Amino acid sequence: MALKEVELLVNGERRQIAAEGDTPLLYALRNDLKYNGAKFGCGLAQCGACTVLIDGQPVRSCVTPIAGLAGRQITTLEGLGTREKPHPVQRAFIELQAAQCGYCSNGMIMATVALLAANPKPGDAEIRSALEGHLCRCGTHLRIIRAVRRAATLLAQEKQS
Amino acid sequence: MTMSLSRRDFLKAGAGLIVEFQLAPYAYSQTPQTGAPPARPIDAWLAIDAEGQVTVFCGKVELGTGIETAMAQLVAEELDVAFPSVHLVMGDTARSVNQGPTVGSKTLQQGGPQLRRAAAEARLTLLAMAAEKLAVAAEQLRVADGVVSAPNGSQVSYAQLVGGKRFARTVGDTARLKSPADFRIVGREQARVDIPGKVTGSHNYLHDFRLAGMLHGRVIRPNAIGAKLKAVDEASVNSLPGNVRVVVKGNFVGVVAEREEQAIAAAAALKIVWTPPASGLPAMSELEATMRRTSAETQQMTAAGDVDAALKSAARTLTASYRTPYQSHGSIGPSCAVAEVKDGRLTVWSATQGSWMLAGNLATLLGLPPAAVRVIWMEGSGCYGHNGADDVAADAALLSQALSRPVRVQWMRSDEHGWDPKGPAMIVDLRGGLAADQRIVAWDYQVITPTHSSRPAGGAGGNLLAGLLQGMAPRLAMTGGNRNAPTNYQIPNHRVTVHWLKESVLRASALRGLGAPQNTFANESFIDELAAAAGADPIAFRLKHLAGDSRAIDLLAKVREISGWTPRPSPSTSPRKVSGPVLRGRGVAFARYENEFASAAVVVEVAVDRKSGMISVPKVHVAHDCGLIVNPDGLKNQIEGNIIQTLSRALKEQVTFDRNGVTSVDWVSYPILRFSEIPEDINIALLNHPEDVMYGAGEATAVTVFAAVANALFDATGVRLRSVPFTAADVLRELAHRKA
Ligand code: FES
Ligand code: FES
Repeated sequence: MALKEVELLVNGERRQIAAEGDTPLLYALRNDLKYNGAKFGCGLAQCGACTVLIDGQPVRSCVTPIAGLAGRQITTLEGLGTREKPHPVQRAFIELQAAQCGYCSNGMIMATVALLAANPKPGDAEIRSALEGHLCRCGTHLRIIRAVRRAATLLAQEKQS
Repeated sequence: MTMSLSRRDFLKAGAGLIVEFQLAPYAYSQTPQTGAPPARPIDAWLAIDAEGQVTVFCGKVELGTGIETAMAQLVAEELDVAFPSVHLVMGDTARSVNQGPTVGSKTLQQGGPQLRRAAAEARLTLLAMAAEKLAVAAEQLRVADGVVSAPNGSQVSYAQLVGGKRFARTVGDTARLKSPADFRIVGREQARVDIPGKVTGSHNYLHDFRLAGMLHGRVIRPNAIGAKLKAVDEASVNSLPGNVRVVVKGNFVGVVAEREEQAIAAAAALKIVWTPPASGLPAMSELEATMRRTSAETQQMTAAGDVDAALKSAARTLTASYRTPYQSHGSIGPSCAVAEVKDGRLTVWSATQGSWMLAGNLATLLGLPPAAVRVIWMEGSGCYGHNGADDVAADAALLSQALSRPVRVQWMRSDEHGWDPKGPAMIVDLRGGLAADQRIVAWDYQVITPTHSSRPAGGAGGNLLAGLLQGMAPRLAMTGGNRNAPTNYQIPNHRVTVHWLKESVLRASALRGLGAPQNTFANESFIDELAAAAGADPIAFRLKHLAGDSRAIDLLAKVREISGWTPRPSPSTSPRKVSGPVLRGRGVAFARYENEFASAAVVVEVAVDRKSGMISVPKVHVAHDCGLIVNPDGLKNQIEGNIIQTLSRALKEQVTFDRNGVTSVDWVSYPILRFSEIPEDINIALLNHPEDVMYGAGEATAVTVFAAVANALFDATGVRLRSVPFTAADVLRELAHRKA
């Protein structure tokens, strides 16, 4: 059975993939486009590991079908920055050593980018509530909270300069 | 302690699983237990290339705890090279040295000294080569960052000496290890090597590994534990897209398809008829009664004095029972594996903790000679014990063998929560006696536990779920349930008895600390109960029974200091605190892992909402001693993780099941701690002992948490909770009970 071509706009590039329209975005990103940043954690919208940004909003790609995403801006972890040139939020996570296994890091970072875009100076409670739906089993939560605060500072500095 | 060597035949475990138990723990006996490495060529341990980059063929693997960084620090230190030039090849049966499985906080403790010694021997060899080359006595040479210098200024680099060539020398015991006073890398903060890749999407996770021509597989488990396959209707998936294929072996059923979402759809659509097992699981409410009824092998672990006489003549005696439930690993990424069977050989990419053991069991499962199996470890989601990593490797291997194509199997969330081997439920019965001088004179400890390991071992196909489903027998050693059953306190008359259950309601295996958190829950709660009975401050009471144990005394003194502990008996009697809407308390617990390794003293602060019973933990204080510290920030990261994960187990976690199997199969039915529930602060004091060896720090702190929380709850409310998890409902019930 021939699969339909679907066009996705990922990290600023137009990409064609051949898949059914009800394919969850997560599998298209990972298997077709080799963007491995978003992770499969539950497939049930319960853990946040698969989070990507769609038009700047955090979305759970494990339950988001690719049909209907034409023209929408999809941003993955790789679209933020690289090892050599990390995004300020990624830099903050490195500086604060805010990971153990790192399997949850994608979701934590994508949620932080969205949070800081909406609220550049979040308080502790606001950070916790923005990350409430993101699970971490290694227990790096306190480092993540510190990293979010540090990222807020880095982003503010970036804006000033 | 001696254990009976007798083998027990055909004991029934779970519903319908035939299990052969053996009481002597054979597992890992082949593992070197000391710092002495097996006699091997230096080349087996490490290589230096023409650019001076050092590759270490490490048998231990990164489970998320930061050991890749710490192990590289050890090698860079002893070899005298720059830290960034050291790279680890971990857990590849074809390339790495078999250092035993990565378990039990033994990575730095057992694997670390082996790497240090190999690196020191390599350095000594390089110095001899340099001495010859530079025509200077080796004693006069200095090394920095892989460059050897003579007093006259002449230099030669490691790369020039051996780059790309072999050392051709066996690791002996000639080289002297560096004295801690000379450390430049060990003991200093070192940013973890894996984090930049992990936060930018470029880390090589197993879950991201793909082979050309690879198919996607999913498994379909029986609808009840012990159910037998009656019929599979392959036609039910024939018309689905993706060239779906069905593989059936005994009660093992899998599907493969070209695309991942197609395999998921096929697994959901496949029509299967199962024959229910003759008898189901016991009702959950019957768990304790079932365990108490189950036949057991009894082991006397320690005994001193005359416990019965001392209990009889004690001024005061106490009795208590403590219960802990089945708990799950809950790795955020369900287990995954990629397997390729080709030309009679199997290669598996796996996040296993024991590549060599897994290879042996896979060989049996697939009917291949052990030498035809290669396991290549890759990092997976965080691993806190024996989760589904080995089982999914077996699933992928079977599917690849059946289809002669590379297959990737990604477990779904319900596979991991439903079928990962569980940390087993335990029951502890304790009796204790206080003398007139308020010292403990008698301690009678009885623990009821199944084994805490069903890891791949001994080549038994049944130590893999897919093997069990094909009727293969597992080989299990009784282990882990007795961990930290004895205490480190001085009690003249004491007895520790372990009742090893011959069956476990759910398939059980190692979860962080094995039985140590549960045993310490009982021990450290009970000593608190005795302290309360004696009207003594809980820390002072413990110190009274630790005379001469200076490391333990230091830890308790340190945690008392950093937590601002006011000496007084529990429960709190401050009227201000008792009249308000929130009850506040603090609790302490101390443990030394396996009674001899890393130790932690922990103070937990709790707040309990009197109306709702809601428990929160605003602050935790930890004093930690793991001997020589390698990477202080990496260690703190571990300690924080130990606290948070075990708080989650203490406050929320319990595997639920019905007569068919596990019913807590996602994050709604098996909730874990969320951001809003995380303490405001975890306050850590590291007590470094550079004069001592390194003790692994993966579990020591976790071990203390159940008890510290229970003790804090008692301090806050006056009610004593003896069953994990501690819930708001428990608090309300006990508070009401106390009023009545
Ligand atoms: S994988 Fe999407 S929320 Fe868990
Ligand atoms: S760092 Fe492992 S799950 Fe968060």
